Amino acid sequence: MPDVIPADSVGIVTPEIAHFDQPLSLTSGGVIDTYDLIYETYGELNPQKSNAVLVCHALSSNHHVAGYHSMEDKKPGWWENMVGPGKAIDTNRFFVVACNNLGGCYGSTGPASINPATGKPFGPEFPIVTVRDWVESQARLSDRLGIDTWAAVVGGSLGGMQAIQWSIDYPERLRHAVVIAAAPKLTAQNIAFNEVARQAIRTDPNFHDGRYYDFNTEPDRGLRIARMLGHITYLSDEAMREKFGRDLRDEKIDFDFDVEFQVESYLRYQADSFVGKFDANTYLLITKVLDYFDPAENFGGDLTRVMAQARASFLVVSFTSDWRFAPSRSREIVKSIHDNDLNVSYAEIKASQGHDAFLMKIPHYLDVVGAYMDRAAKEVGA
Amino acid sequence: MSLHLERTDFAIIADWIKPGSSVLDLGCGDGTLMTFLQQQKQTRGYGIEIDDDDITASIRNGINVIHMDLNEGLSEFDEDSFDYVILSLTLQAMQSPELLLKEMMRVGTEGIVTFPNFGNWKSRLQLSLGGRMPVTKNLPHTWYNTPNIHLCTIKDFEDLCQSLGFRIIERRAVNHVHKSSLGLKLFPNLLGQIALYRFRRA
Repeated sequence: MPDVIPADSVGIVTPEIAHFDQPLSLTSGGVIDTYDLIYETYGELNPQKSNAVLVCHALSSNHHVAGYHSMEDKKPGWWENMVGPGKAIDTNRFFVVACNNLGGCYGSTGPASINPATGKPFGPEFPIVTVRDWVESQARLSDRLGIDTWAAVVGGSLGGMQAIQWSIDYPERLRHAVVIAAAPKLTAQNIAFNEVARQAIRTDPNFHDGRYYDFNTEPDRGLRIARMLGHITYLSDEAMREKFGRDLRDEKIDFDFDVEFQVESYLRYQADSFVGKFDANTYLLITKVLDYFDPAENFGGDLTRVMAQARASFLVVSFTSDWRFAPSRSREIVKSIHDNDLNVSYAEIKASQGHDAFLMKIPHYLDVVGAYMDRAAKEVGA
Repeated sequence: MSLHLERTDFAIIADWIKPGSSVLDLGCGDGTLMTFLQQQKQTRGYGIEIDDDDITASIRNGINVIHMDLNEGLSEFDEDSFDYVILSLTLQAMQSPELLLKEMMRVGTEGIVTFPNFGNWKSRLQLSLGGRMPVTKNLPHTWYNTPNIHLCTIKDFEDLCQSLGFRIIERRAVNHVHKSSLGLKLFPNLLGQIALYRFRRA
């Protein structure tokens, strides 16, 4: 935490919890009877309630998009580069809302939450949710907040998939969808990486079929490997070369299996900072959410046909070095939108950082989103 | 990449476009022409651009802009997707003008192309008498740093249209202030600085 909160930060923020008693029927056929969604808001909702922006999070992030929870926080929210006073998503103009998704582990109901029926954590009994289910739960949160129509629904990666799903499921409830570093569905390679991550967790001796809470343990080793694997896919070859090359942590090679190369050190650090704060069952669940995302599934795989339902205007953004969700995947999305004569702009950002670029301070990227959001703000008089 | 277009040029292009049509503007810059057509002719459609600053500017101006390299063709657009495909002062900078013209006629019903006429007397004079590659108001670069790698004359362009099987519906040759005159009508390739064409598949 800096000694003074920067002027372009939303500052100290406090999450709130919305409790829902109305059962939520899920795509999988399951039902969640009652649930909590933890969320944060920044900025002011205008009297017409027209300036609300929903930010959707990716695999491992959460409702804490911007600002600090206390002066002791080491880091701000995950999209501090994007959201704040005077930033691309300007909290002086927009009322920004972000929730931790259902199945999460940051305060919304998920596998680690207590199942009211048993008095024990859900664990593996927590039903599989999908992007559609998330959108449904977010729509209920919108109702709760009195927001009929979002000025924009915005997200990167899995967050961008939620923005797409919003435009299909609730075409009249959003004016704009901002879809960043996303894909219309996962490739076999994407699913393969997810499966290796899941196997790492599920074969950890401490996994206990997902009931590790009962044993007062966690499948840390598996989760660590899953996270390390994930981070390899978030970076590009180029970014790794720039960042680590073949640099050694010490001066010389030791001919043993301890950390020697800087890249090993980085991956282990990422793993260390992940375990203890992220629930392994949530990780399993959210990789499934990704695998199952395929809005065109019931339309013969024809994305253009499903996007015919959308009414929003779109901004689609990709990054040149992103190989997890490459620019060609974003162009599939763009095509399905212009095939329907809907408004869409598309920017392919030159960036070496790989998939992670969507979180970074890249001037052209932030300018593009800022320019788009400026138009969106003017439309709603914000 | 694209040169500056005066508003009179927009007026000529706008004159050719039916109200409410769909338009694809190749090399849309900051979206000025698209904005003009939207205001004058209630058009809809998309601009294609590759320059980062122009993309941001187009978005800021409320234009649908799609980041794409025209040298890679228009494969992301289906056949007959647009009433008009416009290429203003960009043809000469393309790696393969022939390929792009074919692509324009694949995705659009009507093509509109404008280009700096290399057959203009000033260019001819600079090369024939001066012995140097021409540098003019409309073609201000020197040979070694010009983005304009495929310059052509009015006659050259019409030959290409014929070989591609395009039917030219209308031609205008204008001077640097984009005005027409009797002289320009009689000697377009000699006096015209900017050529404007609309064409269709034959």
